[in-house]
Amino acid sequence: MTQPLPMAGAAANVNLAGLAKNDYRGNPSTLCQGCGHNSNSNQIVSAMYEMNVVPENIIKFSGIGCSSKSPTYFLNRSFGFNSLHGRMPSIATGSLFGDHTLKGLAVSGDGDTASIGMGQFKHVVRRNVNMVYIIENNGVYGLTKGQFSATAERGLSLKKQGANQYMPVDICMEALVSNATFVARSFAGNAKQVKELIKAAMSHNGLAVLDIISPCVTFNNQENAYHSYAWGKDHEEPLHEISYIAPRNEIILEEEMKEGEIREVSLHDGSVVVLKNLDKDYNPTDRFEALRVLAEAQQNNWLATGLIYIETSKPSLTEIYNLVETPLNRLEEADLRPAPAMIDKVNALMF
Amino acid sequence: MDKVVNDFSIIVGTKNGSGSSTANNTLLRAIFKMGIPVSGKNLFPSNIQGLPTWYTIRANKDGFTARREENEIVIAMNPDSFARDLASVAPGGAFFYADDIKQPITRADVAIYPMPVKQIVRGDPGIPSDFRDLVGNMVYVGILAQTVGLDLEKIYAALNFHFKGKQKPIDMNFNTVKASAEWAKVNLPKKDPFFLEPMDKTDGLIMADGNTAAAVGSIFGGVQFAAWYPITPASSLAESLNDYFPLLRKREDGKHTYAVLQAEDELAAIGMAIGAGWSGLRSMTSTSGPGLSLMTEFAGLAYYAEIPVVVWDVQRIGPSTGLPTRTSQADLTFVNSMGHGDTQSVILLPGSVEECFEFGWRAFDVAEQLQAPVFVLSDLDMGMNQWMSKPFQYPDTSMQRGKVLWDKDIEELKGNWGRYLDKDGDGIPYRTVPGNKHPMSSYFTRGTGHDENARYTEDSSVWLRNMDRLRKKYETARTYVPAPVSYTKLGATVGIVGYGSTEAAILEAIHQLDTEHGIKADFMRIRALPFPQEVADFIQQYDQILVVEQNRDGQLKQLLTVEYPDQAANLKSVAFGDGMPASAKWVREGILAKYKQPAEQR
Repeated sequence: MTQPLPMAGAAANVNLAGLAKNDYRGNPSTLCQGCGHNSNSNQIVSAMYEMNVVPENIIKFSGIGCSSKSPTYFLNRSFGFNSLHGRMPSIATGSLFGDHTLKGLAVSGDGDTASIGMGQFKHVVRRNVNMVYIIENNGVYGLTKGQFSATAERGLSLKKQGANQYMPVDICMEALVSNATFVARSFAGNAKQVKELIKAAMSHNGLAVLDIISPCVTFNNQENAYHSYAWGKDHEEPLHEISYIAPRNEIILEEEMKEGEIREVSLHDGSVVVLKNLDKDYNPTDRFEALRVLAEAQQNNWLATGLIYIETSKPSLTEIYNLVETPLNRLEEADLRPAPAMIDKVNALMF
Repeated sequence: MDKVVNDFSIIVGTKNGSGSSTANNTLLRAIFKMGIPVSGKNLFPSNIQGLPTWYTIRANKDGFTARREENEIVIAMNPDSFARDLASVAPGGAFFYADDIKQPITRADVAIYPMPVKQIVRGDPGIPSDFRDLVGNMVYVGILAQTVGLDLEKIYAALNFHFKGKQKPIDMNFNTVKASAEWAKVNLPKKDPFFLEPMDKTDGLIMADGNTAAAVGSIFGGVQFAAWYPITPASSLAESLNDYFPLLRKREDGKHTYAVLQAEDELAAIGMAIGAGWSGLRSMTSTSGPGLSLMTEFAGLAYYAEIPVVVWDVQRIGPSTGLPTRTSQADLTFVNSMGHGDTQSVILLPGSVEECFEFGWRAFDVAEQLQAPVFVLSDLDMGMNQWMSKPFQYPDTSMQRGKVLWDKDIEELKGNWGRYLDKDGDGIPYRTVPGNKHPMSSYFTRGTGHDENARYTEDSSVWLRNMDRLRKKYETARTYVPAPVSYTKLGATVGIVGYGSTEAAILEAIHQLDTEHGIKADFMRIRALPFPQEVADFIQQYDQILVVEQNRDGQLKQLLTVEYPDQAANLKSVAFGDGMPASAKWVREGILAKYKQPAEQR
């Protein structure tokens, strides 16, 4: 039903699954030019191609938000379910019982996961559902969309923009304390690291949480006209017209981050994120160390990036249920409806 | 004193948590085993231990087993409700009480039977001291048995069933029953007219509760996935799935063809159930009012994205905790339009324990054929009480999976198909599910506007087309859902309409209207929405149609009025929702209040 996209040019390369890179693509993005999510989508396509994944073995899931629109922009050949704001984890949990041989690939945002979706996020983590769970997080250091995000840092007074009064939510910390078996963070402009972590997440049996700081290019949010007007005036930018989205370039790290390096990255609204890549000797299988690193990062206003924690010995959700090998959705009546003789047995069990 | 045989009600007043339910179920089952039509209603408070609770049993030789508001025999075990219990005895009735309760006996018109409960219990050294209160309930079983002629053998059979054949508790309890009966034989001369005598009216019947029936029916429906969150009175439905799955879907290799998940809340429960239904599984959840409210957003999505899922609502009263142990039929209009925007829900309305079983499996056929959520509205009275029932019948059709395209189907179509395409003209499209490996099989599901190929669109005309097709599908649904059942007689001047578990009360009321008031009424019990043609045919026949239901606002009557505006003037409401299981008395009085004598009979 989904049309294969036309291929430009001469014979394309194919991977070990016999598929070309085009077979991993989706529709053209309708997100803003320069949006971090677009870069992430590209890395997903590349990672799947390079890992020789068969698209029909993936199910895409998303909630609601800009990030949640992105599954349309990759893996057209995979089934997808773009569900309700904050409720994607439950859809994914139930769906993956239909065919337990399939892998989930979920994209969510900071509001979808850490605000409305906080409850379902915690529980999908503890159930260790077998899927990659990407949060395309553009809420850090706040006000990138005109609203404070749950992940915005407290007390941070951005230039002329007021201060966030609430304590922040660290998605990686939340995942870790809920006993996640895989926790990682990266930055959308660090394409190489993003792709590597996506591959690591795909190889993980269980829930792989990947928090990707993914800068937003749009600040003239109509819900916060005062902010944008004031900001615009001070910066003498043509932002009096609040529906105008200035074209922006994506924020890309010119130079790859080294292990242990701390780097400040300016975002489009003038705010700054401080990324700290994990040290060379860091052991991601040590949970206590992972907690320490995240707590230390919070104290210092860093965002720790890299593979923060991994634990490979826990079963994923469907494994706990000792299901038959045949995917449940292929079973027929003989497997599902008890035999006629059983009705007498049931009646005999009643009084 | 004239004997009153097999036609009276008993109510037992005890403390919640004192273990009287074993005794009460034993009484109920023993009477059933004697062949006498009987019903039992647990009137329990929202409390785990300590508050007063009542159990009412009605024996009726003619098969009228709806709860009665009067009780001839009252057994008072609880000092906290003693005065109230004594006042409630019908004139000429019998009052049994635990004699350690020292409160004034102020009735001269009833037979008074003090019961030396503590004395009898202490007289048995085989009862451990921490079991005394529990086993003490068997004293009233034994004394009542002796007084009214309840067969001790049948009591034994009931205890054997309850304790699953475990001899020690059976013996401990039965010994107390026997000892109490002996004591009463010697010390308690009969002063009341009430007797139980064996009949054969329950031959071939079983006793079960609606939630167990629903669970077992669902398993016979091939259910593969259930997600749930605990809530009174629905919890026992999911718990019964856990009980019966291992027995009914047992495999040599010990592996499972099903999964039951206790979710973190009802939002997650319905989300998981919908996810599973979307990926091709027979999938369900079960809840009550407050949980259902939480499920609203997801229900609207499932309607629009056309995903099969079965949702059982075991109705109770009130928001938040409300009256969680009281029954109602008050979720009908809510479910009918559940979901913001234009929604029309498919609803099944079982009216008996055997229908809970039948709709348990049929709901999946309806949901998968229509590719829609199906809501099954039961209620606390039916779900949690033991009812006489015809034995469960094996499904009479094979599992109907609906229009699903697998790999070879897509291949045959050369990839030419549309998820929301009305190929057959009935409004029901074809779907694929994940796991289909054909490269043209996938599609993106979402709540946004979509065209026939599930592509994202904001085009108004496409939106309208899709919404119209959903309405067409609802019309198609009329022929997929259970038809109503009706009871008609010659010369009926009024049509009574109802749904769910009020049938026993309505039929008894109709009988009384006929024999005592000369009013002949026909009765139709609606079993689903959208209304099949039979509903229109029925209501057209009468100048007055009285819609009987357990809610305040006459919800079914509202829906009938909207559906059949030409009959609006003839539709009247007999609506009453106090949370108690329906009695013939309120039905009869409600009908009489609204009934108009036809002109020629005045």
